[in-house]
Amino acid sequence: MIPAAFDYVRVDSADAAVAQLVTHGEDAKLLAGGHSLLPLLKLRLASPSVLVDIGRVKDLSYIRDAGDHIAIGALTRHRDVEISEMLKQHVSLLALAAGEVGDNQVRHRGTIGGSIAHGDPASDLPATVLALGGSFVVKGPKGERTIAASDFFQGFLTTALAADELLTEIRVPKITGAKVSFQKFNRRAQDWAIVGVAAWKLGAKSGVGLVNMGSTPIRASTVESAVASGASAADAAAHAADGCEPPADLNASVEYRQHLARVLVRRALEECA
Amino acid sequence: MTINGQTHSHDVEPRTLLVHFIRENCGLTGTNVGCDTSSCGACTIHMNGESVKSCTVLAVQADGQALTTIEGLAKDGVLHPMQEAFRQNHALQCGYCTPGMVMAAIGLLDENPHPTEREVRLGLEGNLCRCTGYHNIVKAVLAAASN
Ligand SMILES: Cc1cc2nc3c(=O)[nH]c(=O)nc-3n(C[C@H](O)[C@H](O)[C@H](O)COP(=O)(O)OP(=O)(O)OC[C@H]3O[C@@H](n4cnc5c(N)ncnc54)[C@H](O)[C@@H]3O)c2cc1C
Ligand code: FES
Ligand code: FES
Repeated sequence: MIPAAFDYVRVDSADAAVAQLVTHGEDAKLLAGGHSLLPLLKLRLASPSVLVDIGRVKDLSYIRDAGDHIAIGALTRHRDVEISEMLKQHVSLLALAAGEVGDNQVRHRGTIGGSIAHGDPASDLPATVLALGGSFVVKGPKGERTIAASDFFQGFLTTALAADELLTEIRVPKITGAKVSFQKFNRRAQDWAIVGVAAWKLGAKSGVGLVNMGSTPIRASTVESAVASGASAADAAAHAADGCEPPADLNASVEYRQHLARVLVRRALEECA
Repeated sequence: MTINGQTHSHDVEPRTLLVHFIRENCGLTGTNVGCDTSSCGACTIHMNGESVKSCTVLAVQADGQALTTIEGLAKDGVLHPMQEAFRQNHALQCGYCTPGMVMAAIGLLDENPHPTEREVRLGLEGNLCRCTGYHNIVKAVLAAASN
């Protein structure tokens, strides 16, 4: 399958990307790794008239120690997140989750910024950054603003990013020494999770994110409060599906997804014990 | 861009997929297309030394980059060690997935020269073999790793 025709513009800076978005408005789409966008274009589920290629904006590809958090450039590839020694030391959950995205070839091209901006509740990284209490730096024509992950994911494939804004940086607080677990349940290799769980625990503090359990990535705050008040993994996990309205599809019914969430959260918390 | 060390330059529409550029504009038909959904890996090539699915890259994104396809592996009529390992271990049946498997397998060993069997299986999860000859493919990759 071949995408519908579009104009192609390659930019070499974040400012140039924003300028293109301002010029072309809603007709333009940013192209990062292309591993969510190109499959949609090939199936003609999307047909923007202009693609603004930010794939070569080199200064948006980095992983930096910023004191209490690690700052990751939006154009950093999944593979670089997966193998980063700095992340393995301070936020190993994110490196672990990046290693679960798709397959080797996908991880060589796909970027963390593309995954976050796409905002797919079935993707691994949005729920992970949410569980970590991360935040996002975005740049628009009026300058920069920072959005907490908890305010960013607003609906199915819908985020707080405006059409003329670019995501530039992902910030994740350090949880050095935390125990972490990433549980991904699927039936086929390389596939998205039917249900996934990203969890970390450091003393009485914990974070639990759910993949594919609603129209957005979800933070299981009832589970986190149960953990904080000393509940066992099994007792805390019993709340995993509280308030979730997961989708039903060929792979799983609503009830089955709720069951999976409880089982996978229990396994994750046991691994973090 | 260069493909297997040779410069290729063609005017194409922005929507041209890299795999079609390689096959149709450059006439290198070893790289296959096996799906519409970025799943099968038959189109795997190397871009700047890393395995990528060329059906999910635009030709314009590869502008100026160094690519290697299956045709670029054998040197002076001598098969690349991975090709030879596939041959010795009967790691192909119909052969459709083979170019992509070989490219993915070489990429895998570049990143992890001594993988366990499980790591090989995980490392090749982006490549499907419809003849389901996975067992011998894994054997071939392990053999190539131990040589
Ligand atoms: C075969 C296959 C299997 C996969 N399996 C998984 C999986 O198991 N788990 C998983 O989580 N993901 C999976 N993915 C998706 C993969 O993670 C994508 O790489 C990622 O979701 C998108 O990143 P990208 O850089 O490719 O973005 P693109 O496809 O380039 O862009 C995606 C969207 O985000 C926008 N965008 C990109 N960058 C920015 C930015 N900096 N600022 C604002 N908007 C931006 C684009 O305009 C577009 O709308 C898979 C993909 C494939 C092809
Ligand atoms: S043709 Fe590229 S993954 Fe199937
Ligand atoms: S040998 Fe036939 S598809 Fe793999």
